[in-house]
Amino acid sequence: MALAKITSVTGRGVYVPGNDIDTDRIIPARFMKCVTFDGLGEFLFHDVRHTPEGAPTGHPIDQPAHKGASILLSGANFGCGSSREHAPQAIHKAGFRAVIAENFAEIFFGNSTTLGIPCVNAAREDIARVAAAIERDPSLEITVDVAALEVRFGADSIKITQRESARDALVNGRWDAIGDLIDGLPAVHATAARLPYLATA
Amino acid sequence: MSAQPRSLFEKVWAAHAVRTLANGQTQLLIGTHLIHEVTSPQAFGMLRDLGLQVAFPHRTFATVDHIVPTNELVEPYRDPLAQAMMDELRKNCAQFGVTFFDRASGKQGIVHIVGPEQGITQPGTTIACGDSHTSTHGAFGAIAFGIGTSQVRDVLATQTMALGALKVRRIEVNGKLRPGVYAKDVILHIIRQLGVNGGTGFAYEYAGSTFDAFSMEERMTVCNMSIEGGARVGYVNPDETTFAYLKGRPYSPTGDAWDAAVARWRSFASDPGCRYDDVVRIDAADIAPSVTWGINPGQGIAITENIPSPETAATDDDRAGIIEALAYMKLPAGQPIKGTKINVAFLGSCTNGRLSDFQEVAKYIQGRKVAPGVRAIAVPGSQIVALQCEKLGLDKILAEAGFEWRAAGCSMCLAMNPDKLIGDELCASSSNRNFKGRQGSVTGRTVLMSPVMVAAAAVTGVVADAREVFAVN
Ligand code: SF4
Repeated sequence: MALAKITSVTGRGVYVPGNDIDTDRIIPARFMKCVTFDGLGEFLFHDVRHTPEGAPTGHPIDQPAHKGASILLSGANFGCGSSREHAPQAIHKAGFRAVIAENFAEIFFGNSTTLGIPCVNAAREDIARVAAAIERDPSLEITVDVAALEVRFGADSIKITQRESARDALVNGRWDAIGDLIDGLPAVHATAARLPYLATA
Repeated sequence: MSAQPRSLFEKVWAAHAVRTLANGQTQLLIGTHLIHEVTSPQAFGMLRDLGLQVAFPHRTFATVDHIVPTNELVEPYRDPLAQAMMDELRKNCAQFGVTFFDRASGKQGIVHIVGPEQGITQPGTTIACGDSHTSTHGAFGAIAFGIGTSQVRDVLATQTMALGALKVRRIEVNGKLRPGVYAKDVILHIIRQLGVNGGTGFAYEYAGSTFDAFSMEERMTVCNMSIEGGARVGYVNPDETTFAYLKGRPYSPTGDAWDAAVARWRSFASDPGCRYDDVVRIDAADIAPSVTWGINPGQGIAITENIPSPETAATDDDRAGIIEALAYMKLPAGQPIKGTKINVAFLGSCTNGRLSDFQEVAKYIQGRKVAPGVRAIAVPGSQIVALQCEKLGLDKILAEAGFEWRAAGCSMCLAMNPDKLIGDELCASSSNRNFKGRQGSVTGRTVLMSPVMVAAAAVTGVVADAREVFAVN
């Protein structure tokens, strides 16, 4: 399977402030009663976007100016909590193609990378600068340059970081490991043969 | 080969490393793959789309836990979506030759309770499951990863996944816990101290005399919540307690193979003098019965402490965190948490839904009554736990006290089944997460605590110090 080389993502941004935005907030558990990931997009941040009675709360991603945004900005420890891939799937299905945050929870980061969604780290002041620029002009085009490790917006830019193995996988089109893992199957069986508990019962 | 002392993590990693991938990650062999109904259907779907088979069906085990109702057991379930997930898992297991601990097997339960109970969870092994609390299995000296659905697909198709090595932090707890202090308090204390993302990039090795003295069930409670501290995995080195637990379990080796297995398991324990990336020491005597007051498991205090106020926050982040948490929890800043009215008491989950948890509660609650107006449910973590409790009459004791005794499942831990909080009900819960909306109501509130503390809250109707309520000393 040839995978796309994800060297950069360009689009409009939306800032969802807050630290420790957990996976239950990204996609509440009740929407995980499904056997496919289709349709998860509309439930992204559901319980923050709606009052308990179902009225819209005016969440940033629902504001008309941010419709069609594809770059999500947030705070620290984004995606903490569950291993549910429903969380990055919901983000992807809602149209987001990159996430910029101070840092990410481990499993969420790995799940997102496997889906080809670059999660990049930036300093808080820098995220605030991008957020302020979006606030001034929601139509501002933002480029998350994974290869060059910077985010460009208007005449401005900020530095970003990303774990090297993830960056390498994205820019070289190896973000979904399945092909590589299958290629290794003969070696897998050799390793398994050395482990007594893996012997066929 | 060098005789360099190594940690259990390094040894298990080395034994299961297949090869280095182009991006520098390791293709790691996963000896045991556990699956459940929520995170596996899409993975099987992807497998079908790619025309692939399950590579090691005899090392793949399934159970159903998240969506099963705990009061109405007959199928079809009232919730058609729950039934669809059940049917899908059944179909996938049958088609791909995977063992399924369905309800009819009498072995169904929460995946992290079933694995150990069956003797599938063993020392020196690698385990993966599409569930973040897979770290639970580390209690046996296994390296156990919670994974996403694409990785479930990878493990189904190849019995491996791509992963970077972790650093190892040894967390040593030494000494005797004070009366009324439990394993749950130990892990709440650790998370409070190290932070909810303090463990990022780390495997946690739990050690010290407190852990040496712990039963397997207590070790599981601690390892279970490693993920709540941001650590990908947590483990305890295998010892005699581990081997005694595993002896005679359905999937444990027998005869000569047992002795060989024990020798092999022992060899995986961390070598004295091995290198750690970090070491943290905690005095068991400093740990108090703990409760959370906020919306993440790091927002915890001793039951005797006051709810924090924004003014006392050390950083701007902490202040914002406290303000947000207190607004959601509707709790008064700077006041004692003790005495906070509760509406629901929940005993159960993969953290505290095992035999010893119900035994400990039964010991104290016998002859007491759940306070008027409190809805109390007790949910065994597996059918086997249910049976063990029923044989000992614990179900009767709990029922007489006013707890509803339910059938096995995740239940109100995350409320994907009908067990849910209503409105802004406050729940004293023995589970592991207090995120906003976690227990099924978008305004529902969760206070995490040990099972005995849940019992104390249930009988008094308020968040209480179990040591006072039950005269523990
Ligand atoms: S009991 Fe709770 S934490 Fe454990 S597996 Fe079930 S839902 Fe997840």
